[in-house]
Amino acid sequence: MAAAARLLIRGANPKLSIAPSSFGATLLKLSPSCSSRTKAQRRHAAHFTFQPDPVPTQYGSTQKMNLFQSVTSALDNTLANDPTAVIFGEDVAFGGVFRCTVGLRDKYGKDRVFNTPLCEQGIVGFGIGVAAAGATAIAEIQFADYIFPAFDQIVNEAAKYRYRSGDLFDCGKLTIRAPWGCVGHGSLYHSQSPEAFFAHCPGIKVVIPRGPIQAKGLLLSCIADNNPCVFFEPKILYRAAVEQVPVEPYTIPLSQAEIVQEGSDLTLVAWGTQLHVLKEVATMAQEKLGVSCEVIDLQTILPWDTETVCKSVVKTGRLLISHEAPVTGGFAAEISSTVQEECFLNLEAPISRVCGYDTPFPHIFEPFYIPDKWKCFDAIKRMINY
Amino acid sequence: MAALSNLSKMSGLCLRAARQAAGLTASRLLQRRALRVTAVQLQQPFDSSLEKPQFPGASAEFVDQLEFIQPNVISGIPIYRVMDRQGNIINPSQDPQLSKETVLNFYQKMTLLNTMDRILYESQRQGRISFYMTNYGEEGTHLGSAAALEPTDLVFGQYREAGVLMYRGFPLDLFMAQCYANADDLGKGRQMPVHYGCRDLNFVTISSPLATQLPQAAGAAYAIKRENMNRAVICYFGEGAASEGDAHAGFNFSATLECPLIFFCRNNGYAISTPTNEQYRGDGIAARGPGYGMLSIRVDGNDVFAVYNATKEARRRAVAENQPFLIEAMTYRIGHHSTSDDSSAYRSVDEVNYWDKQDHPISRLRHYMTARGWWSEDDERSWRKQSRKTVMEAFERAERRLKPNPELLFTDVYHEMTPGLSKQRESMWRHVQQYKEHYPLDLYEK
Repeated sequence: MAAAARLLIRGANPKLSIAPSSFGATLLKLSPSCSSRTKAQRRHAAHFTFQPDPVPTQYGSTQKMNLFQSVTSALDNTLANDPTAVIFGEDVAFGGVFRCTVGLRDKYGKDRVFNTPLCEQGIVGFGIGVAAAGATAIAEIQFADYIFPAFDQIVNEAAKYRYRSGDLFDCGKLTIRAPWGCVGHGSLYHSQSPEAFFAHCPGIKVVIPRGPIQAKGLLLSCIADNNPCVFFEPKILYRAAVEQVPVEPYTIPLSQAEIVQEGSDLTLVAWGTQLHVLKEVATMAQEKLGVSCEVIDLQTILPWDTETVCKSVVKTGRLLISHEAPVTGGFAAEISSTVQEECFLNLEAPISRVCGYDTPFPHIFEPFYIPDKWKCFDAIKRMINY
Repeated sequence: MAALSNLSKMSGLCLRAARQAAGLTASRLLQRRALRVTAVQLQQPFDSSLEKPQFPGASAEFVDQLEFIQPNVISGIPIYRVMDRQGNIINPSQDPQLSKETVLNFYQKMTLLNTMDRILYESQRQGRISFYMTNYGEEGTHLGSAAALEPTDLVFGQYREAGVLMYRGFPLDLFMAQCYANADDLGKGRQMPVHYGCRDLNFVTISSPLATQLPQAAGAAYAIKRENMNRAVICYFGEGAASEGDAHAGFNFSATLECPLIFFCRNNGYAISTPTNEQYRGDGIAARGPGYGMLSIRVDGNDVFAVYNATKEARRRAVAENQPFLIEAMTYRIGHHSTSDDSSAYRSVDEVNYWDKQDHPISRLRHYMTARGWWSEDDERSWRKQSRKTVMEAFERAERRLKPNPELLFTDVYHEMTPGLSKQRESMWRHVQQYKEHYPLDLYEK
């Protein structure tokens, strides 16, 4: 796994894959056929446009951070304020393969930021033990794709620890962070969005931020929360998303969706990177169809904020849910079914799900696989004309 | 060059000799550890001019002969014993010299556990509780190890370690409450019988998935090490559970992260119906320890003093040196795997009888006590009567008690009650009120 991971890390560096290198630029001039291929790659690598949130004013001074830096900032705040807190996983000591833990080992010591052997079931089991002994455990799984070896520890152990012991023991101080979602060229095992597997598991919380500000606030909430949390970080945003993030600690409440944009004709729900896709789709719908969309960032997958979503659908009468993960058994199914139950009399069209196809996540076909803005836009068109 | 290769041959021979030597005593293990540490330190300076291996992954010499390392399973790691089957101390230097009160306590707790096992086993056969697992033949491993620990040491178990709780003073009423899942159960009636847990006695609640507790114990030991409060963690598991991936994780994590942890393996020969020759082909579990860089020992699990000595020393060193220890206690599972299993389907009655009649931890300790005049036939008779009475009284109290309020089905899923769960709880109550004649409401607390 580490070998595979390292392959991607080189590719994930935007200097190599998104911005053309000087070597690539030379090729570009030399060969016209090459240039068109480079352009094609550049286009599909950015299937969304990140727009920074307004600068938060209520938490003191801010600093320009990308998503990986805001994660580091949250971890830094935690280690500074909680002497029991430890961070561990594969390759976190030198700063992590995505740079999320850079500098923390030097600042807080090697007994607090350390590498583990390469074994995901061990990492989560170890984290549960740290938390059960009363310390704050922040475990990293290198890619969400590699969280499955720890599925047993998460589902049978972490999620049920408090319930089965009658609250004698718990692992509420455990947070598992993992890079998540598509990245342009991650193929089967560096692209997955496994949130729905965990959504079927009472006892854990599953949280996904859409940008640096939410990443820090939600991660600090996960760490402070008294329940084991799985925090998925959209890795395509690690470097791409940059905004002003408060330097001091602050929290954004869990299980609370955020209405990112108000609208009256249609509700759009997504999380992570897909939220940015839907924001763009909302603009397209307004411009091309004159449709006013309400855009909601769900933020917490489990336990999710039914109230905000249902309220919005009661108002708009239409709902489109979009996620990168495969459609069958995806979390959109849960949202769709609940909204149908709660808002039956308000719905004016069938609820639409624009998701990944029911295939493994492909390599070269990624542009055709992902639920991009055109697929979402087309779905809106059909819903409006229903 | 020639000198080097000679040297490497010699060290190879020495190592082989060490492997084949019958007695792998603690002191020899200690030497090995010392060797290992020196070797690791030697590995650090990189000098490309030397004609010796520079690979970062291991510290070793070259050899110029092709030779596979052979596992030694015929003459395995020896089994440490303090007293023989008649309760005689074999080597006086190994006698832990425990006081009469301590030994009597061992014996009474072992037999009390045995009595509780018999009564609860029968109660399952009569359908009064849904499930049970006895501890027959393994009482010595529980008591001997528990007594060697501090009460503050954290225990992670599998499910056949009730004697550890018994030693720590877990009341019979609470054992019964858990099995009956009544309103007194600390676990609120949510888990199957024998899934005990007790915060006050530092005994982490048992769960059914095997070996999941091993890496957890490593994590807890790591956190405890950072607290620096002179505490250790002990983690029990069977030889079958040791085949799980989590066992590998737990061993390796605890060694690389230097955790004050004792892995205590109960090797009782069977995992349900699977005999050990279908479980592994190496020299049991103890032989795996050195592969992880872990100090390891094998003890006679029917010898409560051998278990006590090994655990005591492992505990002392685990805390002092922040490193894990592995104890493999050889025993025999005399009872069925559980009440859902009939072990005569896969093993002979003669085999079971041997261990029950001729090599049992309880009878061995009794021989030891009788020889010292600490225990008589009369003592035995009156203790049997008294312990049976105590167990029966707790049993009857537990059976009469109501089950917990069904409300508790919904709490503790999360630390807080979530809106979704709260809705489901109201929905259940609405339904149950409407259809109350179809639900056993009178058996539950209101």
